[in-house]
Amino acid sequence: MIYEYISVKVFCIITSRAGREERRSAVRVTRRVCNLYLTSLHEQRCRPLTSDSKHGSSMASNSSSSNAQHRLRIISGHLQKRPEDESTGITAQECKAETPKSTPSRLTPVPKRRQEIMKWNGWGYSDSRFFFNKIGQAEFTGKRYRLSGLILPSLKDWFEGTFGANLQHKSPATPTLNLSAVAPPNLNEPFIEELKAVGVAMSHDPEDRVFRAHGHCLHEIFALREGRIGRVPDMVVWPSCHKDVEKIVELACKHNTCLIPYGGGTSVSSALECPHEETRSIVSLDTSQMNRILWIDEKNLTAHVEAGIIGQDLERQLNESGYCTGHEPDSMEFSSLGGWVATRASGMKKNIYGNIEDLVVHIKMVTPRGVIEKSCLGPRMSTGPDIHHFILGSEGTLGVVTEVTMKIRPIPEYQKYGSVVFPNFQQGVACLREVARQRCAPASIRLMDNEQFQFGHALKPQVSSIFTSFLDGLKKFYITKFKGFDPHHLCVATLLFEGDRGKVLQHEKQVYDIAAKFGGLAAGEDNGQRGYMLTFVIAYLRDLGMDYYVIGESFETSVPWDRVLDLCRNVKERIVLECKERGVQFPPLSTCRVTQTYDAGACVYFYFAFNYRGLSDPVHVYEQVEHAAREEILANGGSLSHHHGVGKLRKEWMKESVSVVGLGMLKSVKEYIDPKNIFGNRNLL
Amino acid sequence: MASRALYSSSHRMLKKRDDFKDTLEERRSSSDLRYALRCYTPTLYKGLVPCKASMLKTIVLQSDHLQYVIKQVSSEAGDSIESVTEEASLILDEMAHRLQLSTIRFFAFTLSKAFKRLFRSVCVNEEGIQRLQQAVHEHPVILLPSHRSYMDFLMMSYLLYMYDLPLPVIAAGMDFMSMKFIGEMLRMSGAFFIRRSFGGDKLYWAVFSEYVKTMLRNGYAPIEFFLEGTRSRTCKSLAPKTGLLNIVMEPFFKGELFDVNLVPVSISYERILEESLYARELLGVPKPKESTSGLLKARRVLSEDYGSMHVYFGHPVSVRSLAEGKINRSQYNLLSRHIPQKPSTDTQRFLTDAAFRLVRIQEENMVLKPWVLIATLLLQNPDGLDLCSLTEQTDWLRHLALSLGAFLDWPDHEACSEVINCSLALHRHLLSVSGGHVQLNVTETPKVETTPEEAVFHRAVVVLSCATYRNQILHVFLRPALLAVAMQSANSRRKDDIYNCFIFLRNMFSNEFILCPGDSAQDFEEACYLLVKRGVLQVLEHEIVMSVSGHSALAFLCAVLDPFLQGYQVVCRFLCEEANENLTEKEFIPAVRTFALKLILAGRLKCYEVLSSDLQKNALAALLKLKFVRKVKEDQVTLKVNKTAVNTLEDMLGGKIPTQKPVLARL
Repeated sequence: MIYEYISVKVFCIITSRAGREERRSAVRVTRRVCNLYLTSLHEQRCRPLTSDSKHGSSMASNSSSSNAQHRLRIISGHLQKRPEDESTGITAQECKAETPKSTPSRLTPVPKRRQEIMKWNGWGYSDSRFFFNKIGQAEFTGKRYRLSGLILPSLKDWFEGTFGANLQHKSPATPTLNLSAVAPPNLNEPFIEELKAVGVAMSHDPEDRVFRAHGHCLHEIFALREGRIGRVPDMVVWPSCHKDVEKIVELACKHNTCLIPYGGGTSVSSALECPHEETRSIVSLDTSQMNRILWIDEKNLTAHVEAGIIGQDLERQLNESGYCTGHEPDSMEFSSLGGWVATRASGMKKNIYGNIEDLVVHIKMVTPRGVIEKSCLGPRMSTGPDIHHFILGSEGTLGVVTEVTMKIRPIPEYQKYGSVVFPNFQQGVACLREVARQRCAPASIRLMDNEQFQFGHALKPQVSSIFTSFLDGLKKFYITKFKGFDPHHLCVATLLFEGDRGKVLQHEKQVYDIAAKFGGLAAGEDNGQRGYMLTFVIAYLRDLGMDYYVIGESFETSVPWDRVLDLCRNVKERIVLECKERGVQFPPLSTCRVTQTYDAGACVYFYFAFNYRGLSDPVHVYEQVEHAAREEILANGGSLSHHHGVGKLRKEWMKESVSVVGLGMLKSVKEYIDPKNIFGNRNLL
Repeated sequence: MASRALYSSSHRMLKKRDDFKDTLEERRSSSDLRYALRCYTPTLYKGLVPCKASMLKTIVLQSDHLQYVIKQVSSEAGDSIESVTEEASLILDEMAHRLQLSTIRFFAFTLSKAFKRLFRSVCVNEEGIQRLQQAVHEHPVILLPSHRSYMDFLMMSYLLYMYDLPLPVIAAGMDFMSMKFIGEMLRMSGAFFIRRSFGGDKLYWAVFSEYVKTMLRNGYAPIEFFLEGTRSRTCKSLAPKTGLLNIVMEPFFKGELFDVNLVPVSISYERILEESLYARELLGVPKPKESTSGLLKARRVLSEDYGSMHVYFGHPVSVRSLAEGKINRSQYNLLSRHIPQKPSTDTQRFLTDAAFRLVRIQEENMVLKPWVLIATLLLQNPDGLDLCSLTEQTDWLRHLALSLGAFLDWPDHEACSEVINCSLALHRHLLSVSGGHVQLNVTETPKVETTPEEAVFHRAVVVLSCATYRNQILHVFLRPALLAVAMQSANSRRKDDIYNCFIFLRNMFSNEFILCPGDSAQDFEEACYLLVKRGVLQVLEHEIVMSVSGHSALAFLCAVLDPFLQGYQVVCRFLCEEANENLTEKEFIPAVRTFALKLILAGRLKCYEVLSSDLQKNALAALLKLKFVRKVKEDQVTLKVNKTAVNTLEDMLGGKIPTQKPVLARL
């Protein structure tokens, strides 16, 4: 750790003496590292860069919080120099939002009444949304994101051109929840009485219940926008610790009520939908108040955390002690630790930190049979099948994950974005395959296809200077005319390197050298960063689309390397074909990217959206197309899911995915743990 | 989608067919040279990977699939990898086409000249061409023409050049290679050559399949091959082969291609160039080996009139929609795709089914000329007909055929007698017309010193030549005719009995005609539907009865199948009476022929078609399938006959004994 701090310091000195170019990159590097501290930064920005002697003192100190403060000061020093850099006109655009700038309000954990800060019928925070202003330019509201308050001049053209949409044709959502549409709760009074005695917070307010009745599948959001409310939980309970959960589960068993655990609510597999056939009282168990880091063990680099904590809070709090988990799923602003465990989540930087199953050391779960956990924190065991693997991916069918011991890592010293342009998608995939073969993948490496590259470009904010736009033009000229890349075929890989500076630079060179062998041209940090931004704003963009008759969704799979290209092409083409056959008037957006690399294959992520004007039942058409796309994935050797999970949306394919015996095995576990189906969300099986 | 139509069985007759345009018309009025040298810019496949013919070889040799098989063969045979690779490279050299535009231009010129001399018109459905253009752009295309003549593939390339479509590469039998100069010319016009049999040769199969697949995956050119495998000597469609079909479908099954378009093409001739050659071949005169000098000698064909020719490009059939719900593509998930895999039973069944359906589409789109009707009638009346009665009956038959869905090219505004005269004139060498009496040219004995055998032979040539025309329309009558015969031999009005009998006949003739395996119920319904619609039958709940006016149609339909029934009977009789214990497979056909000849000479058999080796082969295949005859492999393959069973079968075919349930149950 000390070594790490020294290198931060060294880096700081180097950059302060180095030329403008290097400093600029350092700023951008540090910008990401610190974006989770922004609140504190805000306070410190006015202070001058502290002296070296102070470094010494903080190094000597064992207090991690003072270390962190010290680090912030260093970082803020770099950020302060930004205006000077920009005045030279060389700096490209503003850094884009890929994680929220924390505002003071976010320092408080997720409130019980989430609808007060979040949309009840769309993605994310109520204050952040896209809209087209009076002159038809897209804007993003709020202050949370890098994109917030900016104008995106090219989004309109892209939007209209891609979907055949028209700003005149609006399909606005119902503005407020019509409370009378919510069925009165079916309350289990004895259960409530006993629960009250224990002192667990609860509510049967319709808004609370509606908020927890859905995830973010298209059909769920579409129905909410139309004001259609289906079966919703009858009440919500907020346990505040493991003991509370034990009590709740015990009472639920005693009074035969149905429990549906609710973490971040970001499910895209219909996992949170209340089963229509459920006649018992449904209780939504909201874990958001179980959000403390219980301890950090710096000797073993582990942290014991309550499972209700959401990604950004976990990361921020660990950062304050100089650590991180490195687990950054695209939904990390809202998704919870327990949710990650229950769905086998995957993070963007899994190449360094691993996926959730690699990160957990110990899991505690409350089931109707009692608590399941291991007896020690050993890093690996040979004690029969790993019981963690019954819990990981159980999707709330077996119990509630209450506490997790997780690996943590010191915050990396240095972070750098990058991007590579390839003449076509084939070359890009070949390059990623080679990177995986040599096992030198950076923290994150993603390959976007041409459509997505253009999509990313449509999200470029207004450029501040003529020089920048000239530079952009020059870059484009170089790539398309001088290097002969066809703008309708080229694609871009975005990269994120992390680690100590020397190694990052060395690593970067290695990756760029491989890329060059496949015709790849380094295309700058900015393009890279914009690529990552896309994943964070895409869900907000879907809401914008839905205001103008455009609906869409994403889905993912994992597939062996030799099938990546064929699968991508076939699935995209299948989507186009199915839309055409079902009367969709305008060709859909059907695009993909390779988001993760593994030794034996890759994870592929698809976006699919279309203009539904003229269709009588757009959601049904949408579902049919998505169904066909999944069939196509399976027929091309792809998996049912890489990280979204099965839920109820993909249940029908479980048998063929894991074999009849496999499914029977899972069923028998469910039968033993939860014979009365208390955890009755009916996912997976 | 086109292929959905493939499965809707009934109401075929209502399907609208495209109009034709004579492509020679323009050739007769403008310069062939300028035509051959014109600017040629074909529609291309949207996913085309540009690649030269010479590069194909490298791609194929370096493919994972071939590399895998080379390693396998080398370790099995103990040869070095280099030598196996060398062998593969030689196979590829022997096989590969060298498609060149200049050769095509040469052919465009010479064939224009030749076609103008041979044919009155070459008619093409231009809507089909438009559909093909679309199909070529969307997905790789497989052209599946019917195969009746050597002309077929020359004509295909010629037409594709004419309509600015990409020139196909054509799978051709190795026999052409022996024609030195012509072989090379064909190679340069896109033909690639495959050995007729390479059953166990793993390396050959790998090279061949990878070569085809590489061209397909890269969208190099449309691939053309003949589902029937070889030219049909009888003009009946042949039971399709599935080997190549599997190769071209596999890239779809394995997800390497989004889809493949199959385009069945039906090529029909008013008069077939090889007409009498085929007849002789069927009678046991071996087919002349393909040679350049032979071709030059055949020049005299150029001076004759072959009437008109029709090429009908069918609707493209998407393999994707064909396979939907029938092929589980995830069966290929667990094995790396470059490792060769034998098609599973399900896949094999699907391939067979698809192949049969495609051949049926070819049949349905085959244009039939009036002569086909006349030939049918003349064969049923060996003693000939008066011209006026012929005219009357042809007209009657024409209406029957049309109502059964025949694609008849009958001149609209001409009198029936005029049409008939015209047809008779074109085929005069098969006929004798004297004093208003029309007869097949069977009575005329050419020279004085002919032996009786030779006389029979000459008559047989004419009958079999004529049969090739009748055979073209068999597919129209087939299902109703099977029903008609079933009704006759079931000797019952009960639907069940008739159905059982229908099934029996259908099984019996499964090698003779194109009958999709597993479609019996559908075929039966189709036959009933057609005949009810025509007013021939009435189908009641449990019974099928003939209508008052149905007699002539039923009699005609029975007569259609008569030669085949007789033929199978003769084969049965031969096996019961003449075959000894040691009859080898090789001896079978000559022996049956001798036996039949004896019967004819003795006046006990009138049907000359029995002499056709095709019929004899099919009969044997049917008996083998029914397990009434077994093949035993000793030094040679010998045939062991279950004489009782064959005897019963003969009686059943002759309608002597009503079919009995126990026998049927065994079938």
